[in-house]
Amino acid sequence: MIELTDVHKAFGSNKVLRGVNLSIPRGTSMVIIGGSGTGKSVLLKCILGLVTPDSGTIRVDGQDVNTGDRDAFLARFGMLFQGGALFDSLTVWQNVAFRLLRGSLKRPKLEAREIAIEKLRRVGLKPEVADLFPAELSGGMQKRVGLARAIAAEPEIIFFDEPTTGLDPIMAGVINELIREIVTEMGATAMTITHDMSSVRAIADNVAMLHDGVIKWTGPVAQMDNSGDPYLDQFIHGRAEGPIEAVR
Amino acid sequence: MSLSAPLARLGRTVLGMLAMVGRVALFAISTVTHLFRPPFYGREFLHALLQIGWLSLPVVGLTALFTGGALALQIYAGGSRFNAESVVPSIVAIGMTRELGPVLGGLMVAARVASSIAAEIGTMKVTEQIDALVTLSTHPMKYLTLPRVLAATLALPVLVGVGDAIGIMGGYLVGITRLEFNAAAYLKNTADFLEAWDVISGLIKGAVFGFIVATMGCFYGMHSGRGAQGVGRATKSAVVAASVLILAANYILTELFFSA
Ligand SMILES: Nc1ncnc2c1ncn2[C@@H]1O[C@H](COP(=O)(O)OP(=O)(O)OP(=O)(O)O)[C@@H](O)[C@H]1O
Ligand SMILES: [Mg+2]
Repeated sequence: MIELTDVHKAFGSNKVLRGVNLSIPRGTSMVIIGGSGTGKSVLLKCILGLVTPDSGTIRVDGQDVNTGDRDAFLARFGMLFQGGALFDSLTVWQNVAFRLLRGSLKRPKLEAREIAIEKLRRVGLKPEVADLFPAELSGGMQKRVGLARAIAAEPEIIFFDEPTTGLDPIMAGVINELIREIVTEMGATAMTITHDMSSVRAIADNVAMLHDGVIKWTGPVAQMDNSGDPYLDQFIHGRAEGPIEAVR
Repeated sequence: MSLSAPLARLGRTVLGMLAMVGRVALFAISTVTHLFRPPFYGREFLHALLQIGWLSLPVVGLTALFTGGALALQIYAGGSRFNAESVVPSIVAIGMTRELGPVLGGLMVAARVASSIAAEIGTMKVTEQIDALVTLSTHPMKYLTLPRVLAATLALPVLVGVGDAIGIMGGYLVGITRLEFNAAAYLKNTADFLEAWDVISGLIKGAVFGFIVATMGCFYGMHSGRGAQGVGRATKSAVVAASVLILAANYILTELFFSA
């Protein structure tokens, strides 16, 4: 269970989050939608403590994220960054197995490599890419390696920042299915940011729309189409006219 | 515009600089404390040792060689004005070991290593790799900073030692080929007048300079601004700060070691 209460965050005069309230029940999949630059990525980073909110509280299973053992806290999380954020000094498999090669989850090298290759297979990458460096991969392949790294240690809570951007429709389908599987079979809690409405329908239990620094609408994915909320309607139908200004 | 405006700006600048010094100091202290808390990433340390120590040898060696040679020529020219040409071997040796070996070695390593550390870590910061490290339960200070700072602190004295020897050799080569010194006499003169403390004080300086170089590289890399411009600025600041701090530290250490 992740609970955000009245979270604010500004960068200088740019007020990005202006009182976000949101809760994500354990074992469910929440999808965050919203315009580009509305602070979706910042929201995920606030939960992980990579960005410190100016005010408000964030609780995971009732515990404030700023208290308690940080290592134990982070060990429960996996995160796919919007830009992949692969370590370019390490090979693909060493990236995927990063957690399994050091720290509390450390295992023998061969075993870690096997796990890495299995995770790569799950995101649709062949074993041959394991020994390449990230710079030798295409953008979509890098994204999938980042995804494999996020799920490698089988975390309880996984954040995906635009997992299907830059992928072809078939591969996007594979990734959507994978995320769904991780939630239903492994019982993980997932938070996904996406701009792709077919992904939203494939992945989400619940949807939340971030606009103007607050959650404008949140509810089960089934109610998304008849929410009656003009902002959400404009967004999911991609209309240029509506309450959300599309400046050109 | 009132008269106090320039004063206010001056005050802000001074306060900003003091805050910066404080942040650098805290950063350095935090790096050192990580040395005593596990885990220690040995592989990263060895990699840094190779990058900072071994691969800097050519630069430091060439710098020392030419400096030693030029030093011999200048001291000969100066000494000949009062018939004291025979001081060339001992002054070359003392000058190299106490001052030029560590200072020039430190500055060359600052140019080579502080810049590459700042650019590497800065790029990692800009591409969210540092954030990714954190989410993978790995402390960036332990994984990135400590191995580099430790490697530079240990490697620079060795580099300085090698530079000293090569610099003295440079003076020797110039002495016997251009200045008509007798080879055996030159070496004997060097050995007779050089004291252990001359060398050791230079090696201690080297260790301090190594710490400065890597710490500044890491500090500016970790605090890099966004984008390519941010990384560029971080790299420049790291080299400038490391160089100035080396020269300042050199003066302070020289006062400590050699003032009567
Ligand atoms: N480290 C930072 N420093 C300053 N401003 C930042 C920082 N990170 C994000 N911002 C600003 O916060 C706002 C929201 O950024 P964020 O990356 O969260 O957008 P987003 O909703 O994820 O957009 P997109 O869908 O395009 O990824 C932007 O205006 C951005 O400029
Ligand atoms: Mg984003």
